[in-house]
Amino acid sequence: MSKRKTERLLGLVVCLLSTGRYLTAEQIRQAVPGYPEPDELFKRMFERDKEDLRDLGIPLETGVNHPFDEDPGYRIRPQAYELPELRLEADEAAVLGLAARVWRRAELAGAAAGALLKLRAAGIDTAGPQEADERLSRHGIEPRLGTPEPAFGPLWEAVRDRRPVTFSYRAAGRSDPQRRELEPWGVVNGHGRWYVAGRDRGRDATRVFRLSRIAGPVKFCGPPGSVTVPAGTEVRELVRNWDAAPAPEHTAVLRVRAGTGVGLRQGAVSVRPDGSGESPDWDLVTTRFADVGWFADYTASFGPDAVVLDPPDLREAVLRRLKGVLA
Amino acid sequence: MTASVTSTERLQRLLALVPYVVSRKSVGLAETASAFGVSERELVDDLNLLWCVELRAPDPYCPIDLSYEGGEIVVSQAESIARPLRLAVDEASALLVALRMLAEVPGMEDRSALSRLIAKLEAAAGEAASASAQVAVQVDVPDAGAEAYAAQIRAALAAGRRLHLNYYVPGRDEATERDVDPMGLHIVEGRPYLQGWCLRAEAMRLFRLDRVLSLEVLDVPASPPADAVPVDVDQGLFRPSPGDVPVVIELSAAGRWVAEYYPCESVAELEDGRLRVVLRTPDTGMVRRLALRLGEDGRIVSPPSLVTAVREAATAALANYVV
Repeated sequence: MSKRKTERLLGLVVCLLSTGRYLTAEQIRQAVPGYPEPDELFKRMFERDKEDLRDLGIPLETGVNHPFDEDPGYRIRPQAYELPELRLEADEAAVLGLAARVWRRAELAGAAAGALLKLRAAGIDTAGPQEADERLSRHGIEPRLGTPEPAFGPLWEAVRDRRPVTFSYRAAGRSDPQRRELEPWGVVNGHGRWYVAGRDRGRDATRVFRLSRIAGPVKFCGPPGSVTVPAGTEVRELVRNWDAAPAPEHTAVLRVRAGTGVGLRQGAVSVRPDGSGESPDWDLVTTRFADVGWFADYTASFGPDAVVLDPPDLREAVLRRLKGVLA
Repeated sequence: MTASVTSTERLQRLLALVPYVVSRKSVGLAETASAFGVSERELVDDLNLLWCVELRAPDPYCPIDLSYEGGEIVVSQAESIARPLRLAVDEASALLVALRMLAEVPGMEDRSALSRLIAKLEAAAGEAASASAQVAVQVDVPDAGAEAYAAQIRAALAAGRRLHLNYYVPGRDEATERDVDPMGLHIVEGRPYLQGWCLRAEAMRLFRLDRVLSLEVLDVPASPPADAVPVDVDQGLFRPSPGDVPVVIELSAAGRWVAEYYPCESVAELEDGRLRVVLRTPDTGMVRRLALRLGEDGRIVSPPSLVTAVREAATAALANYVV
């Protein structure tokens, strides 16, 4: 950290906020102490300073005071700079503290803390981390969002800045990752996992990708602002539909050992003792399922405690799993 | 910490510090230092730096005037930086996404405060708020039952009462009865959990609400041991303990999902998209069931006792089909 640089940047911000007019680089150099004498050095330093201010979100404007002015000038309009007036009721300030904790240790944690600092600087009294901890124990609620997927950061940037990206993706059950080019429309967390939805350029279709299946880095492949999200797009809905469990249209009849198979009995259509007489230790469970493959996996996981009677394709699939174990 | 702070990060802090004091008229050094997460010495350095800012336009003048005599900061002249900077897109999004998620949490009492706050922040953030619509979090509320359980748990927490749970443990395919002194309701990765002192396990436990088969608030005060320390869910829900058994599994490409769903100690790529993973588990029954479900897509390599147990279970299961 350089104290001199902080001083110079602060002077620059105050100077540009106070001026009603555009100031040329030369005028700025006269007004703000700390810039070097040689023109080349000054230009380079001033360029970097402008970048730094823009990175902080400071709305640095470029323009001229008069159409005949040759050199461009700079200013910061207070209306564009200042956080608008904001008043919160006590209960609103309380939940604000909760919100800032949701991202703790995740990708947007720093952004949440920065936002909270600005709101407190605007005079809002909301809980700091310590106080929020106490309040939470009263609330008894601890909401958390994690972003363990390394792809989250670049994809959020891409969505925010409307830039297309490319990455390699390993679809479920595929051994080879494939190159994808995506116009990202949004990132969504569902069932605790992150997804990105958008237009897959290679397939010219809407697609949803799971972030944990992205292999390697996510790279931008176009300038900011070059992605258009179609009007009316509901990224949440896209992901929900993509991820939705299909309707359980099929019926299975299973023999389940008495006292076991709690998961199979949950949501069953009927459970009754196996009436065949010779097997008092078994129940007949009738239940609905959506996908033969998935349900066969699930049934096989109960091992000797569950036997499929019907339908035959489910029975075959379970037998295949069990024989696969012994293969 | 000073060493790791960049010039622009410090600038950000200074630009918030001035309005922080201005909006409060006068505020203590200690309180301010804690609000900004700095030491009092660092804060005094910041104040001195602000006070020293000088502009020449054309005559030199100091735009900021302040004092911190007697430990009370007062800014008497703040020039153009009396208000904080607008929220950046990331900042507005981080808050709005979190607030919208909170609004979905089962049993949340403050929904009206949440929606008012969301509206105010959207208005204040202006354009910066628009990107937040592109990020969404769905909180899983498995069914109406879980919503009712969440409300009961919050009531028990507020009243300091013990809970009785009938809780499904899929690893053992067992419905268990247990008394739990509740200590928190967590939403982790979009899924609700009860945290509490389990009298049966004599340990802190996390219970997934979608595995609660039934729940009852008992007429007994909760009395977790004084030294019961809640699990810090930020460290991950899965906490290996020294007694856990390391299990090595080889997965085919079709079985790779295991590495996504189970916390693995290590994941190594093999040829043809296959993986070799190491799981640590206190419950080998869970892995036995996983191996049965995987069939030929997952092969347990070790420990040998588990290899045998899986083969025996598969053999016994197949025997059921021989009439």
